[in-house]
Order: sequence, then C-alpha cells, then structure tokens
Amino acid sequence: MLTLQCPYCGVMADETELHAEGEAHIKRFGPGSSDEDFETYLFERKNPKGVHFERWRHTGGCGKFFHAARSTMTLEVYGTYPAQTLEPPKELIDAIKAKHPDWEGYK
Amino acid sequence: MRRYSAFAIAREGARYHTGWERAWRSPKPKKKYDVVIVGAGGHGLATAFYLGKNFGITNVAIIEKGWLGGGNTGRNTTIIRSNYLQDPSAAIYEKARSLYETMSQDLNYNVMFSPRGVMMLAQTHHEVRGYQRTAHANALQGVSTEFISPQRVKELVPIMDINGPRYPVLGALWQPRGGTARHDAVAWGYARACSDMGMDIIQKCEVTGVNQAGGKVTGVQTTLGEIGCDKLAIVVAGNSGDLAGKAGFRLPMESVALQALVSEPIKPTIDVVVMANTVHGYMSQSDKGELVIGGGTDGFNNYTQRGSFHHVEETVRALVETFPIISRLRMMRQWGGIVDVTGDRSPVISKTPLGNTFINAGWGTGGFKSIPGSGWAMAELVAKGEPGPLAAEFGLDRFREGRFIDESVAAGVAH
Repeated sequence: MLTLQCPYCGVMADETELHAEGEAHIKRFGPGSSDEDFETYLFERKNPKGVHFERWRHTGGCGKFFHAARSTMTLEVYGTYPAQTLEPPKELIDAIKAKHPDWEGYK
Repeated sequence: MRRYSAFAIAREGARYHTGWERAWRSPKPKKKYDVVIVGAGGHGLATAFYLGKNFGITNVAIIEKGWLGGGNTGRNTTIIRSNYLQDPSAAIYEKARSLYETMSQDLNYNVMFSPRGVMMLAQTHHEVRGYQRTAHANALQGVSTEFISPQRVKELVPIMDINGPRYPVLGALWQPRGGTARHDAVAWGYARACSDMGMDIIQKCEVTGVNQAGGKVTGVQTTLGEIGCDKLAIVVAGNSGDLAGKAGFRLPMESVALQALVSEPIKPTIDVVVMANTVHGYMSQSDKGELVIGGGTDGFNNYTQRGSFHHVEETVRALVETFPIISRLRMMRQWGGIVDVTGDRSPVISKTPLGNTFINAGWGTGGFKSIPGSGWAMAELVAKGEPGPLAAEFGLDRFREGRFIDESVAAGVAH
C-alpha cells in the first residue's frame, strides 16, 4: 500500500487516508487568457513514466493539501513537502538526481 | 491462410493435427511501410484490419513492445455494451457492438461473442432517473435498451439480493444484446486476418523515438532499428502520453491502474453481466465458471500494472452485498492494466500536431467493447487523413473548444 508522510502532522499515512489530487505545480490561467493556455491548464498533463510531482490531501487526517514526489514506474516515494511552494524544493530534486542520474530533472 | 472449419478439425484429427499453420507470421521489419501502427492490442490490430478490408491498404506494420494482445486487451473484463447517453458515444460503441455480432464469421476465428445481456443496476433514485434518461436517449439513437423493474432483475439474476440494506435495487438499464467475448481471441483473430492480408506484426519491438521532417512524420526509431513510414498511427492506450511526448506533443489524459479479479470456478450461477455503479463493482461468469469481477481505478498516475489492494476489498465488499452467495468464494487471481483517462471520459480518435500522425487513445476503462468500432473509425481517419462520421466528434480539439462528450457526468462514475 502506498504510504506518504504528511509534512504537516507528520503522520505516515496509508493511501486510504489520503486523496490524490493530480499533477502538482500547474500554472493557473485566468480570464482573458488564450484558448491554448486554458487548454494546457485545464486538460494537458505531463503523465510521465518515472518521477512525478503530485498534490495529495490528507483527507482522513489533518485535511491539509501537500505535495509528493513519486515514481509512477515503481511507486517509490522520494519525499513530501508543504503546499506553499511553486516548485519542488532543491534538496528533493538533488536527492532524486543522485538516485537517477539520467533523470532529465524538473521541468 | 487455411480456413478453420468443422471439416478442418476432422481433417487434422485424422492426421494427428500435423497440418495446422501458425496463425500469423513473425517477420523482420521492412525498411519502410505505407502505415506504421504502434500497438498490437485490439484497437491497433482492428485499425490495421479495417485499413486492409475497407481501404485496401495492406503495406502496414503493427509494432508491439511486448506480445500482441498482452496489454489491456488481455486484462479487461470482456464486457460489450453500447448503452451510452451521448450521441457520438452511442454511435461508435453501437457500431462496435454490431461488428462483434458477426466478428467470428468475418475473421473466421471464434471470438465467442455471447450476447447474454448487460444489466446496469439503479440503486439510488438519482440512478433511476439517469438510466431512464439513457434508455430514452438510446431509443432515439437506435440502441436497443430498456429500463426494467426490480422484479425483472430478480427473474434474470436469481442470486441477487434486490432488497439489500444499504442500496436496494430500484430497477436496471437492460441491454439484451450486450454481453461478453473472448478477449484474447479478438486480438488473435484480427492478427491472423491482418497477417493473411500481408501485414507485418512485429512483436518485442519498442518504439524509442519518432522521426520527423518538415512537420511530418517520416518513421520511427525502434529497438529493432529505424522503420520508415508515410503515416503513423499511435494506438498504445496507457502509454499514449509517453509516446506522444516522443512525438513532441502533450495529451489531455493521464494513466492510471484499473483492476480486475476472478474467483475460483463454480457451477453456472449467473448468465448475464451485472454492473453496479453505485457500490462500484461488476461481475459476469466466464465459460470456465470463474466469476469475472471488475472494480475501480486508482486516483493517482501509475504505470506498474498493479492496483491498490484496498480497491479489491471495496469491490468484493460491494459485490458480496449484492450477491450474498459469493461471500465464501476464494478469489484466484488479481491483476491491473494501465488505462489512459481523458477529462471527459471519452476517447480521442484524432489528427495530432505532427503531420500524418494519428492517435487513437483515451478509451479509459471502456476499451474492449469498442475495439471493432474504434478500429473502423481509426482506419478511415488514417486512410483519408480526415475523420469520418464516427470519429468526427472525438478530435483532440474538443478540449480547446469545450465540445466535451461528457460521459463522466452521464455515468456518474468511471465506466
């Protein structure tokens, strides 16, 4: 079972206690944006094979949104971090790079 | 190709079965083809078959990274139905269902199509209204369905508890000509027919890159070298996002795991397909006697072909409530497939930003039932370069333009 540590309450939470909320760090486009930007924001997803950054919510616990870095190929969890950020923390990216030297990095 | 027939069985029986041919050839790839189809699952093979049958295009290669029919084609619960709400969906799924009716004869391969009837239970008042609406829509679309009473449900499926404590059965949407087919046979039958038309099915050959020049595709790089093509068809289900990335564009879909499981074999107990969307589980009985059970998708991206265990428990719990007699059955096998799910839960049969490249993807949790219709529509798109009436509404541009074919709202759940 997938287990993520909630960065707020520190609980090691099973996936039954969590809710997946999709791709992380999506740039929001508001009124007045082009059709292309709206399409990208609303529908187009990275859907990578390998390292993926996601939003999760600790629904069965503290209720807070947070981020997680996870491999979609092995379900390995690289780490979790709070929601108040526009991109993954550098330490986490460095740690993933050290594990997977051929990973193309966060884009 | 030697035809299969009762006479052939008698002939081979008389000579110790020494005369059976291989069902399809396994050739080395040629330098170049008119059309390269990536993905030898049901949809890819059906696309190839109808390219040859309807359009006479037979200089075709079907490339598969694993073995043919080894992805979702061999992992589904084999349900065939066409009782959709939206017109474009009903049209393509009904086309597919009608092609299943004669597929064994068309392919000279027994796909064991069994129109045993598909029943979708209404267990809330919301579902009753939804399915009555679908039944009316189906009447207008020419799809034969009806909304039936709980008593009729009980007559058709005596083992069902229609007075369950949480969700009593309030009725059902009944499609008498829906049913099941042998999923492997569908892939094998198409493969045999395609090979017979001179098409090359190349297994254990993974596409690693897409060659392009002047905004058009010129070929693919594979683990068996470069293969040139005039047209490229991407029909790779859960791997669509990955391959689209290699071709240089992104898709409005994400890949998630969908699970199924089978019980130990038992005597015949249920001769229709039952789907219970409120409690989320569906069940039919295979010819071997196993109960074939399907559940829900995980909520997160996944390429591992394994799903989360708690979904198994949720699915089985829901079905035990509906069919109390299965409570002491052992479950024998459980597996997962990677399905590509779009925002509106409808598929994509479309041109792409790369010239002469076409994609057939996004069938999500409903791919098997649509195989012949999908192949029919995709073949027309690849042959003519423009979608025909079946595929017209399923373009990628619908997400930009907001013309959704919103089956997710229509069904209330994944389907």
